[in-house]
Amino acid sequence: MTWIPPLLVAIPLVAAAVVAGLDHITPEPVQDALVVIASMATTALAFALLWHAESHEVVHWFGGWGTRHGVALGVDFAVGPLAAGMCAVIGLVVTLALLYSLTFLREAARLFDALMLVALAAMCGFAMSGDLFNLFVWLELMGVAAYALTGFEVERLGPVQGAVNFAITNSVGGYLFAVGIALLYARTGALNLAQIGNTLSHGPAGGLAIVAMTVLFCGLLIKGAVVPFHLWAADAYAVAPAPVCAVLGGVMTDIGLIGVARLYWTVFDAPFGHGHAVGDVFLWLGIVTAVLAGTMAFLQRHLKRMLAYSVLCHIGIMLAGIGLLDSSGLAGAELMFLAHALLTAGLFFVAGILHVDHGLIDELNLHGRGRGSWMPAAAWFAGTIGLVGTPYVGIYLGHGLIDEGATELGRPWVLALLWLGSTLAGAALLRAGARIFLGWGEAEDPLLGGALEEDPHERHVLRPLLLAVAVTAVVLGAAISVVPGLGQRAEYAADRFRDRAGYAARVLRGRPATPPQRLPVTIRHTSLESILYGAVATGLALGLAGVGLYRRRLPPGVTAVAQRALAPPIQVLRELHSGVVGDYVTWVAVGTAVLGGVWALLLHG
Amino acid sequence: MSYLPYAVAAWLCLVGLAGVATSRNLIHLAVCLTVTQSSSYVLLLSVGYVKHGKAPIFKGVPLGATAVDPVVQALTLTDVVVSVVVVALILALALDAHRLSGTVDPDEIVDVSG
Repeated sequence: MTWIPPLLVAIPLVAAAVVAGLDHITPEPVQDALVVIASMATTALAFALLWHAESHEVVHWFGGWGTRHGVALGVDFAVGPLAAGMCAVIGLVVTLALLYSLTFLREAARLFDALMLVALAAMCGFAMSGDLFNLFVWLELMGVAAYALTGFEVERLGPVQGAVNFAITNSVGGYLFAVGIALLYARTGALNLAQIGNTLSHGPAGGLAIVAMTVLFCGLLIKGAVVPFHLWAADAYAVAPAPVCAVLGGVMTDIGLIGVARLYWTVFDAPFGHGHAVGDVFLWLGIVTAVLAGTMAFLQRHLKRMLAYSVLCHIGIMLAGIGLLDSSGLAGAELMFLAHALLTAGLFFVAGILHVDHGLIDELNLHGRGRGSWMPAAAWFAGTIGLVGTPYVGIYLGHGLIDEGATELGRPWVLALLWLGSTLAGAALLRAGARIFLGWGEAEDPLLGGALEEDPHERHVLRPLLLAVAVTAVVLGAAISVVPGLGQRAEYAADRFRDRAGYAARVLRGRPATPPQRLPVTIRHTSLESILYGAVATGLALGLAGVGLYRRRLPPGVTAVAQRALAPPIQVLRELHSGVVGDYVTWVAVGTAVLGGVWALLLHG
Repeated sequence: MSYLPYAVAAWLCLVGLAGVATSRNLIHLAVCLTVTQSSSYVLLLSVGYVKHGKAPIFKGVPLGATAVDPVVQALTLTDVVVSVVVVALILALALDAHRLSGTVDPDEIVDVSG
C-alpha cells in the first residue's frame, strides 16, 4: 500500500494541470466532472489509506531512495492513522466545496477549480510529509493557491486587501520557517524529521535548537492563525467566496496545527520533551486565542467574518489540546478538527445560500429575512450547537478528551477557560441565527460596528445542490461525537503519533508498527465534568445570544455599568484588528521575539 | 569559521522585516519581502560552505575530494522559485489595488477591519 500516499498528491496536481491546460478546449461539463472525480478519488484513496494505516506505518520513499544503516538518503511520506485521517477529512471538505461551487461560481473564471485542486494536493502533502524541507514546499504551495483564491474577485477592494494581508503575513511566516530549516540543517546535517529527532536526542540541545524551534513554530502558528499571529485571517476569510472560505476556514488553518504537532513529536520532543515549557506556551497561546477570538466573533455582524473568528476560537482550543502534550489532548484536538472542519464548512455553505437568496451577508441587514427557509435554518442551528459542544454533538467528544487530559495533568482551570471560548463564539452564531431565521431582536445594534460592503450577487445557482451539500457537511460534523469507536481510534492514533522513538524506528529502520489490540466499537464515554461543562456552555451561549438580541431591554443600570466596563476594551480590540498589513507584520516580529525569549529563559537556564 | 555571513543573514532578515512593517507602497513592500527572503539564502549557503571546497560536481574528481554541500544549493534554488511566485502574486495584487483605488499604499486600501 505504499503507493497510495504519492497518489493523494499526484491525482489532484495532474487534474489541476489538465483542467488549467485544456481550459478553452474541453466543454465545461467535462471539466467539472474531471475536477469532482479527481477530488473524490483522492478522498476515497485517503480513506483506504486510513484503513491500512491503522495497523501499518505507510512509508513511501520517492524514487526508491530509502535508508542505509538508519540514515535517510531520500525524501519520504510517512503516514500513520492520524495523518491519513487528516487527509480523508481534507479530501471530504474540498470535495463538498467543489460540488457547491459547481453552480455557485459560474460567473468566475474557470481556473478556480484548478487552484482548489492544487490546495488539496498541498494540504495532503503537508499532512503526510516526513521531510522538513518538503513541509516548507507544501506550505508555500498551499499558501500561493490560497492567496489567489482569496483575491479571486479582483473587481472589489475588499478581496484585494484580504489577499494582500494574507499573502504578506503568511510569506513572512514561510521565510521564518525557511530560516528554521537552515538552522536545524546546520545543527544536525539532516532534513528527515525522524533523523533530526534522533540526532537531537544525543547530548544537550543548545541555544541554536531553541532559536530554530522558535522560528519554525512561529512560521506554523502564522499559518494556524494563533494570537498574536492571527490578524490576517478575518480579513482573508470575510472576502473570499463561500466555498473557498469553507476550505480555508475548515481545513487549511488547521494545517498549521498539524505541522506544530508533527514537528514537536518528531523533532523537538527529543531535546525539550523532559519538561513542560514548550507545551505550556502552546497551552496559554491556545487559551488566549480561544477567548479573544470568541469575543471578536461576538462583535461581528458580517457572517463570514464572524465564522472566521469562530474558526480561530476552535483553533485555540485545539492548540491548547496539543499543548497538554499527552494522548488525550492530542486525540481531543484530532476529533475536534474532524467535527469543526465539517461544521464550519457547513455554516459557510449556509451563509453562501443566504447570500444567494437575499444578496446580503450581513446579520443586521438580513434581519428576519430567513423566516420560512427552514432547511438552512435547521442546518445553521445544528451546526452552531455542534460548535458550542453540547454533550455528544459535534466537537463535544474532542473537547471532552481535552478536558480529560487537562484534569489528569492537574490543571482543571483550563477547562473553564476553553469552554468560555466556544461559548462566546457559539453565542455569536446563535444570535445571528435567531436574528436572521426567526426575526428576533432589534434590527440595529451599534455594538456590532458599521456594515461592510456586500459581495456581488450570484443568481444562477442550483439551490437544492447547495442545500444538500450544506446539510451533508453539518450532519457529518454533528455526528462525529457519536460515531462508535472513533474516540478510541483517535486515542490510539495519538499514542502512535506521540511515540518519537517508535516513529524513527518505523521510518529509518523499517520496523513494523504494533497493531492495536481489538479497539472497542462503542461511543467513547466522557467525564461527568465535561457533560456538565457542555450543558452549562450551551445554556450560557443561549443566554448570551439572548443578551445580544435584546440588550436594550436590560435594566438601564445594568446597561450603563456594562457600557462603562466593556466599551474601552472592545474599542482597543477593534483597533488592534486594523486591517493594515504593516501592523500585522509588527505583531509577527514582536510575537516571535517574545516566544523565543520565553523559551530561551525556560529551556536554557 | 567566520561569523560574518551569519551576521549578514540576521541583518538582512531584520532590515527586511522592518521595511515590510513600515512600507507605504506595495511594490516597495514586495522588494522588502525579497530582502527578508534573501537572508535565508545567505544562511543556507554559509551553512553548506566548506573552506577550499570545490563545486559539488564529481565527474573526474578523485574520491574523497573536498566539496561544498550540494543539498543547500538545491534548497536555495527551491527557495528562490517559491519567492518569485509569491512576489509575482503580490505585484499582481498591487496592480489590482491601484486600478480599484488609485493608490498602492497598504494603509489606504483598508476596506475591512475590526
